[in-house]
Amino acid sequence: MISSQLPALQIIVPLLAAPFCVIIRNSRATWLISVLASWVTFGISILLYLDVQTLGVISYEMGNWAPPWGIEYRIDSINVFVLLIVSSIGALVSLYAYPSISVEVDENKHYLFWTSYLLCLTGLLGVTITGDAFNIFVFLEISSLSTYVLIALGKNRHALYAAFRYLILGTIGATFIVIGIGLLYLLTGTLNLYDLSMRLGDMSLTQPQLAALAFLTVGISLKLALFPLHLWLPNAYAFAPSVATCFLAATATKVAIYLLLRFAYDVFGQSQIFSELPLGEVLLILSIAAMFIASTVAIYQQDIKRMFAYSSVAQIGYITLGASFASHTALTSSIVHLFNHAITKGAIFLLLGLVALRIGQPTLKKMSGLGKSMPWTSAGLVICGLSLIGVPGTAGFISKWYLILAVLERGWWWLAFMILASSLLAVIYVWRVVETMYVSDSDSRGDSHMASTTSPTSMTLVAWLFVTSCIFFGFHTSFSVEGASAAAKVLLEYTK
Amino acid sequence: MDFLDNINYWIAMFQIVMGLFIVIASENLIKTLVGLGIFQSAVYIIYISPAKIFGGTAPILSENYVIYANPLPHVLILTAIVVGVATTALGLALVVRIYEAFGTLEEDKIQEIDLEDSRND
Repeated sequence: MISSQLPALQIIVPLLAAPFCVIIRNSRATWLISVLASWVTFGISILLYLDVQTLGVISYEMGNWAPPWGIEYRIDSINVFVLLIVSSIGALVSLYAYPSISVEVDENKHYLFWTSYLLCLTGLLGVTITGDAFNIFVFLEISSLSTYVLIALGKNRHALYAAFRYLILGTIGATFIVIGIGLLYLLTGTLNLYDLSMRLGDMSLTQPQLAALAFLTVGISLKLALFPLHLWLPNAYAFAPSVATCFLAATATKVAIYLLLRFAYDVFGQSQIFSELPLGEVLLILSIAAMFIASTVAIYQQDIKRMFAYSSVAQIGYITLGASFASHTALTSSIVHLFNHAITKGAIFLLLGLVALRIGQPTLKKMSGLGKSMPWTSAGLVICGLSLIGVPGTAGFISKWYLILAVLERGWWWLAFMILASSLLAVIYVWRVVETMYVSDSDSRGDSHMASTTSPTSMTLVAWLFVTSCIFFGFHTSFSVEGASAAAKVLLEYTK
Repeated sequence: MDFLDNINYWIAMFQIVMGLFIVIASENLIKTLVGLGIFQSAVYIIYISPAKIFGGTAPILSENYVIYANPLPHVLILTAIVVGVATTALGLALVVRIYEAFGTLEEDKIQEIDLEDSRND
C-alpha cells in the first residue's frame, strides 16, 4: 500500500517537516526533526532506486489525475540516481551540522536554518522527481528562495550581499526558465515532459521552439553556474555557513545539470533542433573556458572557500563538457562526474567546516601549520585534493578517465590534452593549500586559539565517511559507473 | 493593424528589456528589485495574453457556451505571481539587513567596503 505512494512521500516528508520546525523553534528539537526527516527521505529514495532497478520507469499520478492533464512524477534511471545523490548528502550533512551551526549561526535563528534546509531539500528533490514542466519551476523557486535564506544566515555581513546578488541572478534565471516553459506550452498545449517530447518530435522546427530552447538553456545555465554565468557562486559559497556550503555545493548545481540533461536530451531530444543549432559546440567552448579560466582564478584566491568555489565552476565545466556531445561514454562520464564531484566537494567543504570551527573563516594565511594542529583534517583535505585533480585511486580519476575515453572516441586528441592541462591547474591550487598546511612555518599566533577545542565526533565521522568514499568510489565503480551508464543509455534512447 | 493585434506581446517584450536594463544599469539595490519586478511581470502578460479569448467564458460543460478560455495559464500565473511576491519580499528583507550592515544601498560603495574587508583579512 504505502510502497505505491513513495514518489509523493519523497517530497512530502521534508515539506511537512519544515513547518514543524517553525512551530517548535527549540534549537535541538528542530535539528532532530530535520535529521529524522532527511533520513526518512534518504530511505525512500533507496527504495525508489531498488524499484526502478526492477520496474524500469515509475509513473506516479499526483492526486489520481491521469497524465498529461494531471501532474505526473516520472522516475527513471537518471533522476533516481540524482535523487539518491541529493537525499544521501542531505541526510549526512544534517547529521554533521549541529555543532557547526551552533557556532556559526545565532541560537535564535537555528529553527529558521533548519526550515530553510528542509525546504531546500524539498525543492531540489521536487525538481528532480517531477515530470511536469511548470512543477519544475515551482520546486526550483522553493529551493532557490530557501537557498538565499541559507546563504544570508552566514555571520559575515558579506553573506547578505552575496545572497542578494544570487537572488537577482537566480530570479532572472528562473524567469527565463518560465518563459521557455510558457513558449513550449503555447506550442504544444501540454506541460507534461514526456508528452512534450513526443509532440515536439512530431513538429516541424519553428522559431518559437528555438526561442524556448534558448530561454531554457540560458536560465538553467545560470542555475548550474556554467561559465560565464557563474558570478553569483563564489561569494555565495564563501560566505554561507559551512553546513549550507557543503549542502549547496554538493547538490544544488548538480540538480541544475540534471535539468539541462533532461531538457536537452529528453524534451528536445526528438526535435530536429540540434542539427539546426550548434548548442553542443557552444557548451563545449564554454566548458573549456570554465576549466581553464575558473581554475586559474582559483589559484589566486586567499579565501579557501572561495578557492574551492571557483574550483567548482571548473569542475562543472568537466560535467558540461561530457554533456556536450551525445555519445554513451561522454554522457556516462558527465553523470559519473556529477556523482564524484558531489562527494569530493562535499568532503572538502565538510572538512573546511571542521577547520572553520577552530580558526574561523579559513584563509590561506590562517591555515598555515594546520598539518600539525589538525593532522587528520589536513590529511583528508589532501586526499580530496587528489580526487579533485583526478589522481588514480580516487573517485575523480574515474570520471576523468571516462571523459578522456569519450573524447578519444571522437579522435579529438587536442581536447584530451586540454583536459590533462587543466588538471595541472588543479594541481597548482591544491598544492597551494597543501603547502600552507604542511610546509610553511606555523606562526604561534595561529596556535593560540587552535588548541582550545577538539573536533566534535559526529562532524569528524561524517566528514571522514565522505573522504573514504572518495577513495572507495575510485576502486569500486560498480554503483557509480553502472548507475551513470544506465542513465546515459536511457537519455540516448530518448533522442532516438 | 498587425502591430495592434499583437500589442500585448510588444508591451511584454518592451517590459522584459526595460526590466533587465534596470537590473543591470542601476546601482541602487531597491531600484534593482524594481527592475526585477518589472521583468517578472512581463512574463505574466506573455502567459495570460494567448489564454484570453474575446467572448469566451470559463470552461463550463453546457450547451449554452461554445467558446471558452483556457484557465490553465491563469492558474499558472497565479502561482508565478505568488513566487514573485515571495522573491520581492525576501529581496526587500535582505535590502533592510544590508542597509543595517553596510549603511548604504549603493552597489559601488558596498563593493568598496567588500574590497577593504578582504584586504584587512
